[in-house]
Amino acid sequence: MNKRLTLGCVFLLSSSAFPVWADNDAAQDRPTMPMKNMDHNAMPGMNHGDKQSANEKPGAMQGRAQGGSAPANARDPHAYSGGYSIESGKYALPGPRILKLADEYNFASLLVDRLEMVRTSDNSSITYDLQGWYGRDYDRLVIKAEGNVDNGKIEEASTELLWSHALTTYWDGQLGLRYDSGEDPGRTWVAFGVQGLAPYWFELDITGYVGEEGRTALGLEAEYEILFTQKLILTPRIEASVYGKDDVKRGTGSGLSEFSAGLRLRYEIRREFAPYAGIEWASTYGGTADYARAAGLDTRETRAVAGLRFWF
Amino acid sequence: MRRTPSNTRVIPDLSRRRFLQGLAAGGVLAGLSPWVKPAWAGEVATTATGMAPVLSGTEFDLVVAETAVNYTGSPRMATTINGSIPSPILRWREGDTVTIRVTNRLNTSTSIHWHGIILPYQMDGVPGISFAGIAPGETFTYRFKVDQAGTYWYHSHSGFQEQTGMYGTIIVEPRGGEHIRADRDYVVQLSDWTDEDPMKVYAKLKKQSDYYNFNAPTAMDFFRDASERGLGKAMERRRMWNQMRMSPTDLADISAHTYTYLMNGTTPAGNWTGLFNPGERVRLRFISSGTQSFFDVRIPGLKMTVVHVDGQDIEPVTVDELRCGPGETYDVLVTPQDDAYTIFAQSMDRTGYARGTLATRADLTAPIPKLDEPEWLTMTDMMGAMAQGGVMGGMGGMNHSGHSMSGSMNKNATPVRHAKTEYGPSVDMRVDMPRTNLDDPGIGLRNNGRRVLTYADIKTPGEPVDPREPGRDIELHLTGNMERYTWSLDGLEFGKSTPIHFRHGERLRVILHNDTMMTHPMHLHGMWSDMEDADGEFLARRHTISVQPAQRVSFRVTADALGRWAWHCHLLYHMDAGMFREVIVT
Repeated sequence: MNKRLTLGCVFLLSSSAFPVWADNDAAQDRPTMPMKNMDHNAMPGMNHGDKQSANEKPGAMQGRAQGGSAPANARDPHAYSGGYSIESGKYALPGPRILKLADEYNFASLLVDRLEMVRTSDNSSITYDLQGWYGRDYDRLVIKAEGNVDNGKIEEASTELLWSHALTTYWDGQLGLRYDSGEDPGRTWVAFGVQGLAPYWFELDITGYVGEEGRTALGLEAEYEILFTQKLILTPRIEASVYGKDDVKRGTGSGLSEFSAGLRLRYEIRREFAPYAGIEWASTYGGTADYARAAGLDTRETRAVAGLRFWF
Repeated sequence: MRRTPSNTRVIPDLSRRRFLQGLAAGGVLAGLSPWVKPAWAGEVATTATGMAPVLSGTEFDLVVAETAVNYTGSPRMATTINGSIPSPILRWREGDTVTIRVTNRLNTSTSIHWHGIILPYQMDGVPGISFAGIAPGETFTYRFKVDQAGTYWYHSHSGFQEQTGMYGTIIVEPRGGEHIRADRDYVVQLSDWTDEDPMKVYAKLKKQSDYYNFNAPTAMDFFRDASERGLGKAMERRRMWNQMRMSPTDLADISAHTYTYLMNGTTPAGNWTGLFNPGERVRLRFISSGTQSFFDVRIPGLKMTVVHVDGQDIEPVTVDELRCGPGETYDVLVTPQDDAYTIFAQSMDRTGYARGTLATRADLTAPIPKLDEPEWLTMTDMMGAMAQGGVMGGMGGMNHSGHSMSGSMNKNATPVRHAKTEYGPSVDMRVDMPRTNLDDPGIGLRNNGRRVLTYADIKTPGEPVDPREPGRDIELHLTGNMERYTWSLDGLEFGKSTPIHFRHGERLRVILHNDTMMTHPMHLHGMWSDMEDADGEFLARRHTISVQPAQRVSFRVTADALGRWAWHCHLLYHMDAGMFREVIVT
C-alpha cells in the first residue's frame, strides 16, 4: 500500500495517546461525540428527551463517523429491489451479465519499498523489501519479501504469501505462509496478521507466526510519512521481531530479537520512482544478541542506506 | 473571504505549464475525417473558432473511430465521433422522430447515451442495461421521438471512451421556435483530457488514491500554521482529518497533473473564441462534460443570467459565477459591451482551467484571472449540520462556511438511516446529521466576493408536471473509501447490488445522502428528477443532481418509463468504481 500523510509531525503522537494499531474506532468517536451545545430541537431525526434510547432509533446519533457495527435496525440496502436482480428478470438482457465495473476486475501492484545499499562500519550489502498484490478491492493475494544480499549471496530472506481480506475501513486481515531462507536452515511458518492505516496515518503491519516444533514469532513494522514538500518525503520506520523460543541454527533467541529504526528521505521524481538516502540503527537483544556475540558480530550497528523506492 | 493560509499552491513548473495551457494548435490532427457533413451550417457558432460541426435534421450517421489528436505536444489516439472533439453538435426539433445510425469502427464495443433525453429504455445506450452495446464493425440504429426542447448532450457509456473524446452537444429547438431571444448562440462544452490511458489513471488511483493530489498539507504548512496560530490551533485544525485518515485537500481525485482542460475541444492556449458585436445578447450553453472535473465558470466583467438548466427553462437569475458538475448543463445570457472577455472555467481543485474568449475580433484576448487558492474542506463538508450547529465552534481554524446556517436543519427532515452495509471496509465516513441547505455553492466558492449560483437559485417556473405527492421515500447513501479508492451506494458497489424497483406510474421521493467528502453529480437515466428544497417545495426539474459532502437532498420522480435504467455518479471514475445502480420500472 502506498500511503501518504497529510500531516507531518511525529510529536503530535505524544499529545494524543491512542492504542496504536488495535484502534480502528476509538479515535474516530470524537467527530460525532460533542453534544454539549447542541440544539436538540433543531436536530433532524433527533429523538428528543429520550437520550438513553437514542442509539436505537433510526436517525439518532449513532456515535461514530467511521467503523463500528451496524445497529440492528440499520437499513437493508436491498429493500428497494422488489426481488429483482441485476442478472436476470424482466427487461434484463439475455445471456450472462455484461455490465461489469471495476469492482469486479482484478488489479495488480508491486511496490519495492526499499531496494538499498546498506553500509556499516565494516561491510556493505543490499537489502530488499517489497510487497505485491493481485486482486480486487477487498480480497487480494499478497506477496511480501524482505532480505539481505551479501557478497552476491542471499544471507537472510523471508517471503510471505498471504490472502488479504479487508476487515474494516483501513485494516486488512492476512493469512498465509512465510518461508525463511538464506544461509541458515529454512523455516516455514503459518502467518496471520493485520495490515493497515492507524489514526494519524501510521502504516502498520503486524503478523504472528506459528512454525514447526512449536516455534512462534511476531513481526512488527511501522512507517510514517512526513511531507516536507509534495515530493520530498521523510519516512521514519521501525521494525521489530520477537520469537517464542530459541532457534540455535538460525541464531535467534526467544523474546525480543531484533529492533531497527530508520529515517529515509526520498524524492519522488515521479510518484512511482523515488531515490532515497537515510540512516538506520539496528540492535539485537537477548538470546539473539548472545548468538551474535558468540559469532563475533556486533549487536548494535548504524547503517547508512541509499536506494530506490518504486512501484508499478 | 477566509483563506487557508497554510495552503499555498505550487507554482507550476514548465512541464506543468505546458499541461495547463496545452498546445495552441491542439486537437484533432489532420483535419476532420471524411464522414463529417459540411460543417459550420446552422445557426450555431457561425463565427466561432474551433467549434464542432453541426448536424441537423432527423437522420444522422455517426461513426465512432480512433483519431489522432495532440493537446500537449504528444500525439495520442482519441475515440471520436465523426472525427471531431467535441463530437458534432446535433440539432433536433421538438416533436420530430430522429434516426441515428451509429457505426463502430473501433476494435472494441461502443455506445452512445443521450444525456437528459427521455426515450424508450432500449434507446438509452447503456451497454448491459439498455442494449448489448455496438460491437466492432456493427451499426446500431437509434430511433426515438424527441418530446422535449433545450440544451442536452451525448456521450459514450462504454469504458472510458467519454474521457478519450466521445462527447457532443444536443440542441433541441422548441416546437414553436426558440423563445430565449439571443443574437448569438454558442455552445461552450467543457471537458478534461489526459494523455494517459484512462485505465492506467484508474489503476494508479487504486494503488495510491492521492496520486494526482499535489496540494496535500505538508510539514511546512504545519509549521507555518503553528507559528501563525499557535501550536494548539494548528494541531486541532488537523486532528479530525488525521484521526479519520482523510485528506482535506482531496477535491478532485484527478488534477491538472495529468489533465488538460478543454473548452469546445480547445486548450487554454488554443483559446476558443466566440465573436459578438458590442451590445448583442449572447447565449452561452455551458455543457459540463468533464469526466472527473467540476468547473467553476465566470466571465470577469460580465454578469451571467442563467436561463436554462439541464434542458429546462428556469426563472432567470443573474450571477457572477456558477459551478458546472459533470453531466449538468447551464445556459446563460450575457450582453458584452467591451472588446474582449475571458471565459474562465477553473477546475474545482484549482489546479488548472479551461479558457476561451468572447471578443469582437478573433485576434483579441482579455486577461486570464489567476487560479483561486485551493481551500481545505471544512467541518461542514465532513460533518454536515453538526458542524453548522455550532457544536464544533471550538475547532480552531475551521471554516464554517455555507452561505446560511439557518434552514440547514429543517423541520421536515426525515430520519437518517444508514444501510447496514455502510459499516464495513467500503465506507470511510458516515454522516449522522447531514446538512440540507441548498444555498451553499460548495467548497472553494463560499464567500468569495462573487455572486455564485447555488441550487437554491435554480427554479423551474410553475408547479411540477406531476403534482402528486410522493407515495414513498427511497433513501440512497453515497459512499466510498478514499484510501482504497472504492465508490459505492449504500456501501455496495454495483456488482454486489440489486436493482432499485420503481413501480410503474408511481410518484416517489428519492433522498440522496452523501456520506463522503466529495461532491457527486448523480444522474438518473430515463426519468426526470424534480428537485425539492429542504421543506419539500418543488425547485427544478433536473437530470443530474450534484450532492455536496455531508449533504442530504431529495427529489421526486414519476416512474413513467418502463424498463431498466442506469443511475450513477457522473464522475466517470466513481461510476466505474461501482457507484452505480440499476433502476427497474415495472
